[in-house]
Amino acid sequence: MTYEKPLPVIDGESQPFWQAAREHRLAIMRCRDCGKHFFYPRELCPFCHRAAVEWANASGRGKIYTFTIARRPAGPAFKADAPYVVALVELEEGPRLMTNIVTKEVDRIRIGQAVKAVFDDVTTEVTLVKFAPA
Amino acid sequence: MARKAAIVGVADTLLRDGVLAEDGTVLQIQARAAKAALEEAGLSFDDVDALFAAGAWGIPGPGLFMTTTLAEYLGLRLSYMDGTQIGGSSFESHLSHAVAAIAEGRCEVALILYGSRQRSDASRTLGGRGGAMLNSQFDAPFGLPTPVGAYAMAAMRHMHVNGTTAEQLAEIAVATRKWAALNPAATMRDPLSIAEVLASPMIADPLHLRDCCLVTDGGGAIVVTSLERARDLKKPPVVVAGAAEATSHWAISSMPDLAWLQHAADSGKRAMAMAGVGPGDIDVVEIYDSFTITVLMSLEALGFCGRGEGGAFVQGQRTAPGGDFPLNTNGGGLSYCHPGMYGLFLITEATRQLRGECGSRQVKDAEVALAHGTGGVLSTVASCILTRT
Repeated sequence: MTYEKPLPVIDGESQPFWQAAREHRLAIMRCRDCGKHFFYPRELCPFCHRAAVEWANASGRGKIYTFTIARRPAGPAFKADAPYVVALVELEEGPRLMTNIVTKEVDRIRIGQAVKAVFDDVTTEVTLVKFAPA
Repeated sequence: MARKAAIVGVADTLLRDGVLAEDGTVLQIQARAAKAALEEAGLSFDDVDALFAAGAWGIPGPGLFMTTTLAEYLGLRLSYMDGTQIGGSSFESHLSHAVAAIAEGRCEVALILYGSRQRSDASRTLGGRGGAMLNSQFDAPFGLPTPVGAYAMAAMRHMHVNGTTAEQLAEIAVATRKWAALNPAATMRDPLSIAEVLASPMIADPLHLRDCCLVTDGGGAIVVTSLERARDLKKPPVVVAGAAEATSHWAISSMPDLAWLQHAADSGKRAMAMAGVGPGDIDVVEIYDSFTITVLMSLEALGFCGRGEGGAFVQGQRTAPGGDFPLNTNGGGLSYCHPGMYGLFLITEATRQLRGECGSRQVKDAEVALAHGTGGVLSTVASCILTRT
């Protein structure tokens, strides 16, 4: 069965992130000058605008910053999943990222809940970093 | 500021049940609106030397060069053009830029245009939405319904931080519907109760269907010129006394604080400072209501109530006709129309309120108005303070 949901158009800047995901690692960026972590990857640090940026492995631990339950899907490809949880997870390193919370009990999800990264190999090329209650 | 600028003509495209009353392409819609707004002012197309436009039509294709396409279609000879696209707040931004251009003497008569066949074309797709490329590749795979899901995430966070309730959000939808009942042009005019809002289908928790704006066609035009020229025209001039804009993020995942609109606070403060007014001086308030939460958070950021107090502020139908805070007096995006980018109608309604043309929904003695647009997913804002001369 073909995968119908949106897939990333992987480019030179994002390739290390998607490669890490295939290896079931969560890669974020860190600025060697100001020390802050950030996500998504960028040429310059969005905080101090210097170019001393490097990849770093995140622990995969975080908390739910906010979320919604999609009662109506984001298009036909997501129809079978509804209702499903889309969340912003705040990693313990600081950055937030968009993700799904993998759960059968969507109504039990709460802001502040501890979650950990899980890796969903959706195609042979693409692994999505999702989260599950810790 | 060298020269002041004033709004001298406005037009809204007439809708019937949210669909164009007179069918037409997006170009026809805008030509008709432009003609109506210029005629109201007593100006002609030959007077227009500046064009501002934003929309979601003709992409890929002629919509990519929107101002150029419109200038060609309308037969305009322009010395100034601006296609700033910051979603629903584009038109407040256009008005702000027009004020600056007029002040500097770079143009004399500015036309701001918008047209959409979103409802007729049975599409909520904003056009040209490509694959999950560049920064969207990190968000799109997860199926956040856009834009409602992003606003739902903000509402969820606002409830968590401030204790805001679904009933408080519903107050806004109900009050706005009461204004729509007084506007013959509004799409949804039947009474609505808080219980009905809460009983409407949940779309993306915590937002119900009736927390969400309509999906309609629509279009409109605004004509702006210098105040000195405005004094000789047909309508009483409405002065643009202050204007400002600000950006926060593009994707909701990059919004710094989902319970607080710092960019709206910045933009509102700058626009009010330019006009020499404060929140307490404003008689009629038009705030972009893509969703009920947009209004509640904007009220806080603009200084009409304290941070986190938006829920309490809107309780008891305070913003309804007869309440002490007239808000979204044409019925807003929630009940009048929402063709995808609503911002232009904030300005047309504020203008008509200041002219005293609003009949049964007229706010008594309205002298100062605010039109505050929000675009994208709480991404961008622009604020305009309008006054009677």
